[in-house]
Amino acid sequence: MTTILEMRGITKQFPGVKALDNVHLRVQAGEIHAVVGENGAGKSTLMKVLSGVYPHGSYSGEIVFDGQPRAFSGIADSEHLGIIIIHQELALVPLLSIAENIFLGNEPARHGVIDWQACHTRTRALLDKVGLAESPTTLIDDLGVGKQQLVEIAKALSKEVKLLILDEPTASLNETDSDALLNLLLDLQRQGIACILISHKLNEIAKVADAVTVLRDGATVHSLECRDAPVSEDVIIRHMVGREMADRYPRRTPDIGETVFEVRDWTVHHPLHADRQVVKGVGLTARRGEIVGIAGLMGAGRTELAMSVFGRSYGQRIRGQVLVRGQPVDVSTIQKAIDHGIAYVTEDRKGYGLVLEHGIDHNITLAHLPGVSRHGVIDAGREFTVANEYRRALGIRCSDVHQTVGHLSGGNQQKVVLSKWLFSQPQVLILDEPTRGIDVGAKFEIYSLMAGLAAEGRCIVMISSEMPELLGMCDRIYVMNEGRFVAEFTAAEASQEKIMRSIVSAVSPGVR
Amino acid sequence: MEALKNNLREYGMLMSLIAIMAFFQVMTDGTLMQPLNLTNLILQNSYIVIMALGMLLVIVAGHIDLSVGSVVGFIGALAAVLMVQHGWHFVPATLVCLVCGGVIGAAQGWFVAFMKIPSFIVTLAGMLVFKGLSLALLQGQSVGPFPDTFQLLSSGFIPDVFEGERLRVASLLIGLALAVGLTWLKVRERAQQAAHGMASEPLLFFAGKNLVFVGLIVLFAYLLSTYKGLPNVLIIMALLMALFDFVTQRTVIGRRLYALGGNEKAARLSGIKTDRLSFWTFVNMGVLAALAGLVFAARLNTATPKAGLGFELDVIAACFIGGASASGGVGKVLGAVIGAFIMGVMNNGMSILGIGIDYQQVIKGLVLLAAVFVDVYNKKKG
Repeated sequence: MTTILEMRGITKQFPGVKALDNVHLRVQAGEIHAVVGENGAGKSTLMKVLSGVYPHGSYSGEIVFDGQPRAFSGIADSEHLGIIIIHQELALVPLLSIAENIFLGNEPARHGVIDWQACHTRTRALLDKVGLAESPTTLIDDLGVGKQQLVEIAKALSKEVKLLILDEPTASLNETDSDALLNLLLDLQRQGIACILISHKLNEIAKVADAVTVLRDGATVHSLECRDAPVSEDVIIRHMVGREMADRYPRRTPDIGETVFEVRDWTVHHPLHADRQVVKGVGLTARRGEIVGIAGLMGAGRTELAMSVFGRSYGQRIRGQVLVRGQPVDVSTIQKAIDHGIAYVTEDRKGYGLVLEHGIDHNITLAHLPGVSRHGVIDAGREFTVANEYRRALGIRCSDVHQTVGHLSGGNQQKVVLSKWLFSQPQVLILDEPTRGIDVGAKFEIYSLMAGLAAEGRCIVMISSEMPELLGMCDRIYVMNEGRFVAEFTAAEASQEKIMRSIVSAVSPGVR
Repeated sequence: MEALKNNLREYGMLMSLIAIMAFFQVMTDGTLMQPLNLTNLILQNSYIVIMALGMLLVIVAGHIDLSVGSVVGFIGALAAVLMVQHGWHFVPATLVCLVCGGVIGAAQGWFVAFMKIPSFIVTLAGMLVFKGLSLALLQGQSVGPFPDTFQLLSSGFIPDVFEGERLRVASLLIGLALAVGLTWLKVRERAQQAAHGMASEPLLFFAGKNLVFVGLIVLFAYLLSTYKGLPNVLIIMALLMALFDFVTQRTVIGRRLYALGGNEKAARLSGIKTDRLSFWTFVNMGVLAALAGLVFAARLNTATPKAGLGFELDVIAACFIGGASASGGVGKVLGAVIGAFIMGVMNNGMSILGIGIDYQQVIKGLVLLAAVFVDVYNKKKG
């Protein structure tokens, strides 16, 4: 058995973080090699190094492909050698046809004039290969996600692929489409094409993979063969999450009271595809002084749940009930949700949380302008005082409160967003990935703040993809997968293994 | 030093205007600042300034309105038909025209705000539609003259109760009152800042700055008073400027408008009804375009099918010269007004100098580009 790819000692440094630390990956010719790890473990970064998105010289370590050391300076270099990556977000142009997409940038042309005859004939052959019965002239827009995935693979095959990299290819597919895709991979394998499969779904890995490499916190923690002796999911899970929990969270003694916030039978449909349910009959309660966590992988429907509850800011055909202090409340607009004491702190603070070109003071008061105005006229002095109060209380580091928020660090920006929502005087704070993209010190400050708010008697719902932080902060954790709550643990019961197990073992009934 | 730097940014536009005026004052051997010319300068630019107020709001909200020139023409035509052909009194005719402007704004705003059609397209369509409608309304003819009372809107001046021989005393007094009032507001604002512990500029700087402002206001009021006094339309403009500056800088609505333009998603997630806000900025624009149409018609004393041609470009240029950002969320009302006057002074000055209309266009285009370039460059550096 020959080795087609070997990555040795790959280290990739970003300002402030080591995304990859001495990672090793070895792929044999003609094998399907699974790469697993939590969100943020470094899988995508590793694949970007391999495909040349991060060019040679921006990382340290060595890539050996097809027996020779390689130094890619861009995607074109790696594609030229037959390394093709298919990203999670598909890179197809929706309003072009299948054939146009497959040969985009690689059109069979003479003197710049495209030979459509050849283009369509070759497309038809490629579509046969991947088992897609569609005309080459069909627009991508008219295809489902599963079929689009197949078009991506056909596109890869058009370039004489030797090593195919798939980044969570089945994340948005239903089970039938997933099966078809996995069978296609096995087919390709028989034709001698090696494949790196990044996936969270351990059952799929068990089905097709010959070897597994586990990444955690940017380092290779384990590489195992599973061709002959199948590896148990337990082993993989333990490797994925097995990190020490240091004293990274503030101590708190929860003082939990009556139920303040309740969501019943909450169902949400995708804003564009009306027949796709994104949240499926979810029920949630949160009590006074309690921090409730929602665990799950990206795309599980957590943000969609939160945003749809917060004034229907996501989705359509929303059904279900929201109760605050036992009373059903109308949350059909954001203003009404705010009036009922609900606040949602977005996961995307730059895109959805802040007006980056405006000052700290203007951002803090934005959700509750009546609090600093009389008869619709803003009292600049009062606004200044309020902004300074929050600056002090949350420790926002800035030269003064008129400073533009775009110039603040991630942690300080997050504090501004939190200040904005605290000023709206909420009973219920929904925090979506509150510590994403901020450094360890600032994280602790945010955690302390959450603990303080809970101690004041507010209830907090925290959505997070970082399991240690959920375990470190929450009194109760819901686990969400594919639009449903699949498990619920108290702080005492919960462990990373249990959560991960309930995610990966949750099969979605009703898809078949 | 810090205060000086901040102020340089804030008053950079005003200083540019003063520099440009000084330049033409010297080049035209003092013709520019002659009371007669100064009065003309105001009358010539009044409708651009009025529309710039509305356009600034539209641009701050992240949109654009290309239809205002055509709306000016259409409303002028409507006014002429009502007053000249049907003999309406100017009061109901004016009201109907303003309401009609509001309805036009509402129609366009509805497509932009609720139907999510890009404002560029909606108002481009509006530009064609209203250009066509004014042609149809006037049947290709010029209609006029307007009743004398209506003409006073543009050609009238503040009546002088003191009946001064050489000097319109009433106009001068209004100018003085304005200067005193503004100083009082500034002093009060400073006291409030101090009360809340906000940093404020050094006293000397504050005093000097306001002295210059007061001096300029009194100077202009005096110059105008030696001719016919303050034009009526200047009073309308000044009131509107004060109103819009107050609304944008001090009120909840203004703040929400800036948030909408700065980051629509964040604004919506903060409970702001962004669609409704966009809609009303277009209604407002429509009303102001109608007012500008009336002012322009009254000034020409006829409604012609060509009225308003290309005004939208001057208005939009005024906003961008005045520091508005094409991506929304940034820009001030007074900046847009100054931008309008920079264009106006250049038009006027170059005409006096006898520069042909061809090179005038070239120079104005370059000034627009230079102004925005300086803005972008400063931002990158800062």
